[in-house]
Amino acid sequence: MEAEITLDVDGSRRTVTVDTRTTLLDALRDRLAVTAPKKGCDHGQCGACTVLLDGRRVNSCLIFAVAQDGAEVTTAAGLADGETLHPVQQAFLDQDAFQCGYCTPGQICSAVGMLAEAAAGQPSAVTAAGPPANAATTLDEDEIRERMSGNLCRCGAYANIVAAIRQVSTAGPDV
Amino acid sequence: MKPFDYRRATTVDGAVAEIAGNPQAAFLAGGTNLVDHMKLGIASPDLLVDITSLQLDDVAETGDGGLRIGANVRNSDLAAHPLVRSRYPVLSQALLSGASGQLRNMATTGGNLLQRTRCVYFQDASTPCNKRTPGSGCSAREGYARYHAILGASPDCIAVHPSDMACALAALDASVVVHGPAGERTLAVADLHRLPGDRPDRDTVLDHGDLITSVLLPPLPWARRSTYRKVRDRASYAFALVSVAAAVELEDDGGNAGSVPVIRQARIALGGVAHKPWRAALAEAALQGAPATQDSFRRAAEAELAAASTRADNAFKVPMVSNALVSVLHDLTQESS
Repeated sequence: MEAEITLDVDGSRRTVTVDTRTTLLDALRDRLAVTAPKKGCDHGQCGACTVLLDGRRVNSCLIFAVAQDGAEVTTAAGLADGETLHPVQQAFLDQDAFQCGYCTPGQICSAVGMLAEAAAGQPSAVTAAGPPANAATTLDEDEIRERMSGNLCRCGAYANIVAAIRQVSTAGPDV
Repeated sequence: MKPFDYRRATTVDGAVAEIAGNPQAAFLAGGTNLVDHMKLGIASPDLLVDITSLQLDDVAETGDGGLRIGANVRNSDLAAHPLVRSRYPVLSQALLSGASGQLRNMATTGGNLLQRTRCVYFQDASTPCNKRTPGSGCSAREGYARYHAILGASPDCIAVHPSDMACALAALDASVVVHGPAGERTLAVADLHRLPGDRPDRDTVLDHGDLITSVLLPPLPWARRSTYRKVRDRASYAFALVSVAAAVELEDDGGNAGSVPVIRQARIALGGVAHKPWRAALAEAALQGAPATQDSFRRAAEAELAAASTRADNAFKVPMVSNALVSVLHDLTQESS
């Protein structure tokens, strides 16, 4: 079965006919030539396919595109403001937060989504019980590592990924 | 993947009727488990009925002081809900210990409950598995069984239910509202999942076409003194080796400083040990009226684990459950909440 869907992808309205079996990841990469999200495990375990779907970070490999008609998708390629990189992108450069780069677009989308979750006061498994503090400015290493555990990096650049996210989270909530 | 039709449901009745009328149809919510299983060839529906547009995404207070959680409430939203965090910390903590940030943003309350009870062999279509292919045999019995059941297993299946959230809900005496072809009914979360017996292909007591529409949390003021402890092979984003969901009510709560508190009652459910969230009724009974001492905690654990049946590579779970339970009960009864 095929269906026509329309997506807002990185600010552009895109209409495409997909087989119902097509994941959002495959629709983006193979049908719309949006190759920022990467296919790693294809089973929701590695996070390389992470995009922001209606503002929330998700694994695009575990979502059927047909179910997302009308949705807004932001990939790592859609985060910059013209020539100005998103603060998380700039921080990954500043902190040398990658080696091969394959997981990086997913890491960056996940970090952007995660920082928004923290700014909204969402707890994590390592957040102390009790009323939320100003989470956006108090993300320590444990918090970042826990909240980013859905993104694997087989080069092992974790130390610098944490540093990059700390650079943004300590700069203030306005990202 | 087998071709399938996709339809978006607009009413609960319509969704139920569409599934009930087609044995090969399946509900689609967050998809985190189902889509994976379709890719692996473990599930092959010919129709997906998308229920995410049904108005089942509220968390509302009930008249008796409990909560009604819509089946489509996402795991991350439920974990962050102020009333869940303050009244039922064990539930928030259990949710946050499960999966990853991305998956919690996708997964729903109903879907989390109805994720498959499974093991590595169930996930691998090239191996025998009585749950996936009834009668084909159980690869785990003589194979890798580090993650497998120590309570309530059968010769046919030793897989465990992986949901952390379900353990918390079982401990809290939550129930599910089920909308089926014959109407609506309510059943306890603790009765939703089944032990494998000779039908490991059936994870729950639900029939084809039954749709969970909400979860009811009864009022439990002393659940403020509750917590979830998950022991796993890595610090985050891993299934439980064992887990403990517990709430404790003390006699004279907050009373005589310095004296040993006495446990009025406790609610305990264990994860990673059985084909279903394991409500530890024997441990609860042992704790009722007992002083909050290491001795009492250890005896309660031993009462629950007396029936444990282990294999070489999961025998560690018996002391691990015992130690985790003792540690959790210690923390809950020492803090002055």
